[in-house]
Amino acid sequence: MERTTIDLWVGIFVALGLAALLGLAMKVGNLTTSGIGETYTVTANFENIGGLKPRAPVKSAGVVVGRVSDITFDGTTFEAVVGLSIDKRYAFPKDTFANIYTAGLLGEQYIGLEAGGDEVALVNGDKILQTQDAVVLEKMISQFLYNKASESPEAKESGEGVAKTDTNSTKAADDALGSNPLDAMTQPAKP
Amino acid sequence: MTPNTLAQNIVEINNLSFGYKGRMLHQGINMVFPRGKVVAIMGGSGSGKTTLLRLIGGQLKPSKGEARVEGQIVHQQSRDGIYKLRRKMGMLFQQGALFTDLSVYENVAFPMREHTDLPESMIHDLVLMKLNAVGLRGAHKLMPTELSGGMARRVALARAIALDPDIIMYDEPFAGLDPISMGVICGLIRTLNDALGATSIIVSHDVKETFTIADYVYFVANGVVVAEGTPEDLRKSTLPFVHQFVHGEKDGPVPFHYAAGDYAQDLLGFENARQGA
Amino acid sequence: MIRSNILVGLVRILRKIGHNFSDRIWRLGAGARLFGLTLAYSGESFRRFHLTIREVYFTGVMSLIIVLVSAFFVGMVLALQGYYTLQKYGSSEAIGVLVALSLLRELGPVVTALLFAGRAGTAITAEIGLMKATEQLSAMEMMAVSPIARVVAPRFWAGVIAMPILATLFSMVGILGGYLVAVPLIGVDAGAFWSQMQANVDWRFDILNGVIKSLVFGVACTMIALFEGYDAPPTAEGVSRATTRTVVTSSLAVLGLDFALTSFMISM
Repeated sequence: MERTTIDLWVGIFVALGLAALLGLAMKVGNLTTSGIGETYTVTANFENIGGLKPRAPVKSAGVVVGRVSDITFDGTTFEAVVGLSIDKRYAFPKDTFANIYTAGLLGEQYIGLEAGGDEVALVNGDKILQTQDAVVLEKMISQFLYNKASESPEAKESGEGVAKTDTNSTKAADDALGSNPLDAMTQPAKP
Repeated sequence: MTPNTLAQNIVEINNLSFGYKGRMLHQGINMVFPRGKVVAIMGGSGSGKTTLLRLIGGQLKPSKGEARVEGQIVHQQSRDGIYKLRRKMGMLFQQGALFTDLSVYENVAFPMREHTDLPESMIHDLVLMKLNAVGLRGAHKLMPTELSGGMARRVALARAIALDPDIIMYDEPFAGLDPISMGVICGLIRTLNDALGATSIIVSHDVKETFTIADYVYFVANGVVVAEGTPEDLRKSTLPFVHQFVHGEKDGPVPFHYAAGDYAQDLLGFENARQGA
Repeated sequence: MIRSNILVGLVRILRKIGHNFSDRIWRLGAGARLFGLTLAYSGESFRRFHLTIREVYFTGVMSLIIVLVSAFFVGMVLALQGYYTLQKYGSSEAIGVLVALSLLRELGPVVTALLFAGRAGTAITAEIGLMKATEQLSAMEMMAVSPIARVVAPRFWAGVIAMPILATLFSMVGILGGYLVAVPLIGVDAGAFWSQMQANVDWRFDILNGVIKSLVFGVACTMIALFEGYDAPPTAEGVSRATTRTVVTSSLAVLGLDFALTSFMISM
């Protein structure tokens, strides 16, 4: 008698737990878009990735088609190597263009893919050749203020600083973004 | 230890010593427990009587010597071997040791459920039979916390005999009971022993009750067997210790010797405690 | 004279520290041994699975109320606090993400484990300590029933099963609490609340990692509670001390493990 009520309660308990997990997965985690099943990985090199983080979305035409799997630093070319896992359902031409965009003015950064016209599709392990770096705010400001060439000394310095400290650590990139505009503004004020 | 004695004695303790570093509780104890008899082990508190039961049950390992149950040396058995031997034993613990989360019925059914695959109806009948034997069939729905001390011990006794053991061990079965409950337990030990054809080992310091039911008595003091015999022999015994113990005298002919053992241990214990602090 | 007194005192303190330390190490080893035995006897205890179910009831179902009520309030407070900070930066829609991520990654598993240690862990320690003090475990052994298979293992697995379920429910109810404060009370747009959350919560890295965390906490908390009970001196004082130790040790273990797991999961 007692045992069956206990069984019932435990059954309810476990069912509640499973329901909560399912609820979290569907309503909160949005399993359908982020839980990409099978993927293939391609890489893309960027001179500056700004605040891009691992697991940032990879979008094409605004639709999430994959995630940034890892970000490493190439010691020979001094570029950031970004791995993109893309859903197997979507094939992209070889000459696809990869950009680093920012969602909104200060939002998270993501990778946007613009399909090219090539007939050969990207496969696992391929490299996207055409890339465009992240828009770095202080770069824009210094360009706007001084109308100088894009490789102004401090912008380059900050870009390297980001890459050197730790390519995985997005914090370093954030710090660079946050503190350097000040440098850019104050330094030229004292000629 | 001829085959004859082997068949005769269900439990034997041969030259057994047990103790912890430097403090030996037992020093070469010899005892035999013949089949079908009620044998008592008596002695003062702290003389290691209960430890003897644990040695027989294989919960402790002797430092020297051996305890044999049905001819098998207990401490040399594997875990499975010891468990097999224990299924032939029932033990009544001092406070009953009933499982507080189970009802009286479930407590008695516990060994059956664990060790047999009997159908529920059979278990039901057996449990009520065992409870009836100790006079508590009417209490089968109660929880252990609702029982008095004497009732709890009777339920524990019913649980101890649940699987019709060959050996029933009683750890201080009379301690802390009122005279009526004491008499009830006393009668139960004898009748159950004879009805089941089992061998009973009683550890106690209650002389009166123990002497009325025991066939044979061992007196343990200072780690050795100081006297043994039937209750009649021991009543007449002139051994000072036995005389004093049996008659409960405050000051015997040799009270000093007995007290000295305890005293020294006390001092030792104090010294140890001080060094440990 | 005074110098020698100081020396004696110093030696005493050092000895005490050494004793404490070796005692900890000893307990760690004994706990690990009990853990190994528990795993070894698990097969035996699974044959009577209703025992484990019974313990899931006592550890899991009985902890449900306290866990859910706490979750609700934690979620509401998170939303309130989050809102006042986020609105300064004009991004109050991100409140959904904030609530969901804090709960799923950290607060769900950690707070549940702390509550579990206080509610179920102490009950386990006290119960087993008392069973030992009243010779119930000894009686079981004499009946040729292993107390580890019969008493310890079912409680262990019940804790391991119950903890992730409780933590998942905590996160779910916490998010609901956050929703109630953010949307009807503060007036954040419901669509933004959910869509921002969905865009930023990852099934594997946030939800599943949270479940893994709570699983590890379940193992740790239950094992600590079982060991403290099993190891308790068979006296009233011994059991009460063991109960206190269960809460202290479990809480520290949970927080320490949380740091280790978090750093491991982030580096993955």
